[in-house]
Amino acid sequence: MASRLIPLIARAEHAVKAPVFDCRMCGQCVLHSTGMTCPMTCPKTLRNGPCGGVRADGGCEVKPEMRCVWLRAFERSRSLPLPPVWKREFNDLRPPVDNRLKGSSSWVNLLDGRDQKTPKGWGPLHAGCEAS
Amino acid sequence: MSRLERLVEDRSATIVTAELPVVDGGGLKDVQHHLNRLAPWADAINATDNAAAHAHASNVAIAIAIQQAGVEPILQVVCRDKNRLAIQADIVGAAMHGVENVALLTGDDVTAGDEPETRRVFDLDGPQAIKVARTLARGTYLSGRRLDPAPHLFLGAVENPAAPPAEYRVDRMAKKIAAGARFFQLQICYIPARLEQFVQRARDRGLTTQAAVLPTICLLRGARALRFIDEHVPGISVPSETIDKVARSTDQAEAAYQLALSQAGHALSLPGVRGIHITDFRHDEAAARLVEELGLRQSLSKEHDAHNSAFAV
Repeated sequence: MASRLIPLIARAEHAVKAPVFDCRMCGQCVLHSTGMTCPMTCPKTLRNGPCGGVRADGGCEVKPEMRCVWLRAFERSRSLPLPPVWKREFNDLRPPVDNRLKGSSSWVNLLDGRDQKTPKGWGPLHAGCEAS
Repeated sequence: MSRLERLVEDRSATIVTAELPVVDGGGLKDVQHHLNRLAPWADAINATDNAAAHAHASNVAIAIAIQQAGVEPILQVVCRDKNRLAIQADIVGAAMHGVENVALLTGDDVTAGDEPETRRVFDLDGPQAIKVARTLARGTYLSGRRLDPAPHLFLGAVENPAAPPAEYRVDRMAKKIAAGARFFQLQICYIPARLEQFVQRARDRGLTTQAAVLPTICLLRGARALRFIDEHVPGISVPSETIDKVARSTDQAEAAYQLALSQAGHALSLPGVRGIHITDFRHDEAAARLVEELGLRQSLSKEHDAHNSAFAV
């Protein structure tokens, strides 16, 4: 029963998140810590902040007509009324994307802890990522 | 331990790194030709990784060539062209040949290059790549599989002091330090106040004692090159007054040199800056003159002089 539900949850998640956040269904959602701005919409899919190519007017290096996704994330993480713990996580070192999770529901992956799993060599999700 | 690592740890020395111009058809002779010019005054020389998203002789091949010529390389690794497996393999492979310094960066997008139809990779981003390299240095691949003995690596990164959001750039530097970066070759900055602000913020946060900050100085031939950088290099803007000043000069090459000299002097005057990184697009004697006029050659250790005279033979 549950296994039949899972694809439905993924479709529901996509239906909610795609129109609002342009969600790409990476399956390991970090929206809460990135000012409710999806880092997978960055043309370089960067998870750890803006690259050095941001234009002086705030335009994206790759798509100059688009405002840098990380610039938006930075501004929103400050301006949106988000819980302080989410705001603090903005500077976390996020691990490389697990490409196996693409297309799956991050809600399910959050509940069963799948999105917390990192490669053994990386170490635990929140270890050693504190920016001094 | 690499010479660069020793200089960074030493804290008193002023560090000068340089970028080897890209190599296409000229082979090892070309590498040697550039080294003859750069090695006498550079502490370590970057082997770039498909600079500006153009294919060239590979970063690993160039780094090994520099190493085998008796000069210290910095292997530059960008995230644009290779996935995490290939990046780990490159670092471990280069380390096998004695390459210890590795500078990891996100990299320009494929659209900056001459093959914009290429698939971009970015399987890792800059900060992740630094941590992956540190994982290797600690004796395992990212998977946790053992790498024994662990390669000794000295890791660095890049940061753009002038790109928006300016107040966040130092947070990003802190993140890269937490990931393992110990030196930063900052991107060229034509707005001195921005560089000053960045270094000040980094110093206030205590970051300049944790990693060596080396602002980039570009040596160019004239106003046309400055205009090109302003229009085509992502994340770099050059104020029109700066371009005009060089353009109006009767000797543009000299004016461009004087601009680089004053930029370098300004950068080195900032408390917290440990040296400079020179990117020489002129391929003439200007880089050596710059180092000489900044008084940096005297600061090089005897060991280095001996090393380089042996190399020059």
